[in-house]
Amino acid sequence: MAIEVRGVNKSFGSTPVLSDVSVDVRSGALTALLGPSGGGKSTLLRVIAGLEQPDSGTVRISGVDATRLSPQRRNVGFVFQHYAAFKHLTVFRNVAFGLEIRKRPGAEIRRRVRELLELVHLEQFADRYPHQLSGGQRQRMALARALAVEPEVLLLDEPFGALDAQVRRELRTWLRRLHDEVHVTTVFVTHDQEEAIEVADDLVLLADGRVKQAGRPHVLYDDPADTFVMSFLGPVTRLDGQLVRPHDLELSVDPVPAGVPATVSRVVRLGFEVRVELVVDGQEAYAQVTRRTADRLGLDPGAPVYVRRSPEARGAAVAAG
Amino acid sequence: MTRVALRAVALTYLALLLVLPVGLIVWRTFGAGLGPFVDSLTTPSALHAFGVTVVVAFWAVLANTLFGVGVSLLLVRHSFPGKRLLGAFIDLPMAVSPVVVGLALVLVYGVGSPLGRGLASAGIQVIFSIPGMVLATVFVALPLVVRAVVPVLQELGEDQEQAAHTLGASRWQAFRRITLPGIRGALGYGVVLAIARSLGEYGAVAVVSGRLVDRTQTMTLFVEERFGNFDQQSAFSAATALALIAIVILLLTKVLRPKGAV
Amino acid sequence: MLSATETAGPAAAAPGPAAARTRTRVRSGTALGLGAAMTYLSLIVLLPLAAVVWKSADQGPGFFWRAVTTPDAWAALKLTIGASVVVALVNLVLGTVIAWVLVRDTFPGKALVDLLIDLPFALPTIVAGLVLLALYGTDSPIGVDLAYTRIGVVLALLFVTLPFVVRTVQPVLLELDRDMEEAAASLGAAPWATFRRIVLPNLLPAMVSGTALAFARAIAEFGSTVLISGNIPFRTQVAAVNIFGQIESDNVTGAAAVSTVLLVVALGVLFGLDLVQRWGTRR
Repeated sequence: MAIEVRGVNKSFGSTPVLSDVSVDVRSGALTALLGPSGGGKSTLLRVIAGLEQPDSGTVRISGVDATRLSPQRRNVGFVFQHYAAFKHLTVFRNVAFGLEIRKRPGAEIRRRVRELLELVHLEQFADRYPHQLSGGQRQRMALARALAVEPEVLLLDEPFGALDAQVRRELRTWLRRLHDEVHVTTVFVTHDQEEAIEVADDLVLLADGRVKQAGRPHVLYDDPADTFVMSFLGPVTRLDGQLVRPHDLELSVDPVPAGVPATVSRVVRLGFEVRVELVVDGQEAYAQVTRRTADRLGLDPGAPVYVRRSPEARGAAVAAG
Repeated sequence: MTRVALRAVALTYLALLLVLPVGLIVWRTFGAGLGPFVDSLTTPSALHAFGVTVVVAFWAVLANTLFGVGVSLLLVRHSFPGKRLLGAFIDLPMAVSPVVVGLALVLVYGVGSPLGRGLASAGIQVIFSIPGMVLATVFVALPLVVRAVVPVLQELGEDQEQAAHTLGASRWQAFRRITLPGIRGALGYGVVLAIARSLGEYGAVAVVSGRLVDRTQTMTLFVEERFGNFDQQSAFSAATALALIAIVILLLTKVLRPKGAV
Repeated sequence: MLSATETAGPAAAAPGPAAARTRTRVRSGTALGLGAAMTYLSLIVLLPLAAVVWKSADQGPGFFWRAVTTPDAWAALKLTIGASVVVALVNLVLGTVIAWVLVRDTFPGKALVDLLIDLPFALPTIVAGLVLLALYGTDSPIGVDLAYTRIGVVLALLFVTLPFVVRTVQPVLLELDRDMEEAAASLGAAPWATFRRIVLPNLLPAMVSGTALAFARAIAEFGSTVLISGNIPFRTQVAAVNIFGQIESDNVTGAAAVSTVLLVVALGVLFGLDLVQRWGTRR
């Protein structure tokens, strides 16, 4: 394991932020710390980096107990949500900073920085200052700066949080490709489940300072530990006292085994998908079907249908709490 | 209409209060050409007073700069009980009359107090001497650097310093390479303000210096002493020199003033 | 130049979570720095000021009261407070007018005027007194002789306190959203009504705090009044000059008593201002 967090507790004043958190991060993997804001994920990342001291518990990095080690000695790369660009230094000097601190020879620094700037596609911006860069460029510079010192682990705190949706999507695809190229153990914090599922090899879902579930993204999606995990990772609706994914619901005009009678209340066409809003036993629910299915069934408001959880649906439904 | 009337009121007030008086003294100083101005400022007494002023201001500004940066870091980057109180203590000198500052220092460091007697027997004379004048100047200029640096340090945030730490920088390296360049403008601004205050201090220095001509006389004391002895040319020349320094300092602060601050 | 808007002081630093965050970090370093800062402050500011208050009281409250109410000290205190009130009120009105002109008006040379406002902060006070005496003294080229008069004292205090109200009101006026005024106008408010009902309430806190700072400065002022007042007891002698005279004639206890009064008044004003501001921000 690249990072082993064991029994970490942390409070700010009287507010507990992390409660008995234990997490393993696989070497070479891209792991997402996912959860609602205020759930403790950024604090956990900062504890791993040494920017916060845990009240109790231990952090091991590459097998070495790092709990009492200052951030200066942990050899982690940390990328801050708001970049933490050194405003008075050029892009080149920003990236070179860690190497200059380590007193590497000038020629080596120049070669290494040039390589990294190429890696993050900023080679033509070497002499610019951070304020002359866009948000996405600054974030890439911060990433190159963190990678320059060849860290054992790379930690990213909401790396795309401050960017607009378009740049966000581009950068996360790029991050995935970059990780496939450099293979450094990477942990990133996000509150966006779609981003986490798309980019990460492993997920750790944190809420209220506790680990709710950890594992491969598809495991968490298909086999959630509880209703919280299920509803955090994707859309849910209720049927028969159970939480189910709306795309796991099957509609038919004729009675089917285990089918529950329902009435269509509204049909919303969202391009390829169609959201069919239903009233089942006086309760609201909705199903997500393809346009073709919707057309085939000829659904209109007021129409009676039968609804059931598709027998081919993967994973389990969870009893609604 | 209202606009023009308000402008007229504001400009007339400023002209009568500031521009005409200061302009007149410059006019009177140079009325007879540059010669008398230079002559009256190169007498031994004037040169001595200038030297004393520079020495006192240098030590006071140095002390306040080191203290100011240290206390600003303490106030912004650290947390401890009584932080508000420390902030209030630092602002305290703004509310104290310079004469009271002088009296206060005389009471503690003069020969009337045990501390003053102790220092005197150790051969250190504070009152009626340069150390006391430095203390007085430090007192009156104390808040200036802190007040200039604190808001910028807050604005700067801790992220960059933490980033430097994660990249392997020690505390000192992070301070020197990241924090100090970040507050450079504000620090320069605060230091310039402190220089202005230190060069111009009159009341506190008047009390603790004993106003000994050719010994503890500063430029401001020189102005007052010359004027009192009906040597208008010297008084006006020195006053004009101080006013010109003040104007240069004003221009400097304009350049250094942190963006957004008024 | 002095950011007088910041009377809340550097103490307002580091809000909740950040403060809690730093708490766990190098307690020893914090303690060391705090110890050094407090030693420095104590040696230069706190001990000496405490000595003044101590000295004023060490011969009993009766002596203190007699020292403060000797005819010349009492007259000086009354003049100081009275002149400072006048000066504060003039600053309240004209300082606001100047700030308004600097923000809302445009005319050639405005930047220069803006720069000049800070001149009284940069100019040594003795020089301020001298330049005023040159124009408004016995040799006045315009025939206005205010030397050795109370009006002369007020003039000197106006000079040194000029920046306070201007520099506290100006940033607030700059930040003030003009949409509000346009909205008021669109609702039928005349310019004066717009000013009184929309602009003034927004400026008032800054005007009050600038005025209070100007008042505190005025009661403490020494250098600029020395030359123009002529230092005539019962007529033009302000409190600081009175204290200076008592120190010169070795009446240290009397000087300390008057000093204590000045200290208490100044601290009272600033403390009251802080309370008003905190009440204002809470609201």
